[in-house]
Amino acid sequence: MNGYVRRKTPEPVQVIKERRDEALKDLVARVPYIGYMGIDFDRRGDELTALLPYREDLIGNPMLPALHGGALSAFLEVTALITLSWSVFWPKLEDGDKINSSMPRLPRTIDFTVDFLRSGLPRDAYARAQVVRSGRRYASVSVSAWQDNHSRPIVQANGHFLMPAPSEAQ
Amino acid sequence: MSVDRSHIAKNFIDVLPHSRALGMKLEVLEQGKAQIVMPYAEHLIGDPDTGVIHGGAISALMDTCAGAAVMSHPEAGAATATLDLRIDYMRSATPGEAIVAKAECYHVTRNVAFIRATAHDGREDVPVATATGAFTIEGKS
Repeated sequence: MNGYVRRKTPEPVQVIKERRDEALKDLVARVPYIGYMGIDFDRRGDELTALLPYREDLIGNPMLPALHGGALSAFLEVTALITLSWSVFWPKLEDGDKINSSMPRLPRTIDFTVDFLRSGLPRDAYARAQVVRSGRRYASVSVSAWQDNHSRPIVQANGHFLMPAPSEAQ
Repeated sequence: MSVDRSHIAKNFIDVLPHSRALGMKLEVLEQGKAQIVMPYAEHLIGDPDTGVIHGGAISALMDTCAGAAVMSHPEAGAATATLDLRIDYMRSATPGEAIVAKAECYHVTRNVAFIRATAHDGREDVPVATATGAFTIEGKS
């Protein structure tokens, strides 16, 4: 009888990172619209930052020029949905669930309210979402985007989402 | 005067790069009312399991349509920008069907235009989404 419990050797950090990045990539790659918009996600631990690289066809007002309000709404909605899905998925991933076979269905947007604070300049935009409340059926998510200066957000939004029923999980 | 304004707005829609990229077509534009159709496309899919269009694309359609309705209003200026837009999603759009958005600018003050909009996928009595919003008034002469 030993006086201590034998612990598992921790996994190498590179293995952990690869598993997390792979899972995030799989989650994002399933949605054609995210690929079309060119939206990418940067991960640090469980925190995600979305990136919308500037493209000419994202312009809505060619006179100013300014990014299309609809493109920015879409960017925020994508960021909210992926962040919400990721926040539910993360603990399962860390528990070592078989990820590819149990990729969750995405939550569905119930409503989405966007405030336009400043016009979007013709350059890259970034966004982060915060899951304010996440329950079994409903979730509330807050999200905002900025460009060069994080303290000057260009657009912010709040949305409610319907979580996929457990039986819907694949 | 209102004819001139409609002409401006009509050209303006055609030169909105993002709206053009999503294949939007302006069908109606008159006195504070607009109707725009957006065809179904595979790259707009948001739910890979069902093929349903992403809410973001519908937001872009609603925003464009509401902006067009504002610009066509006889009391609004020649330019506008979205202040806020709230979208409620009633149900999933039917995969394969075009989305038709209708917007109405129902009140204009010196500085703000108020809009409501609905989107459907062929059956007008069961909307896919509804929206309300406020827009700025700019370039008013």
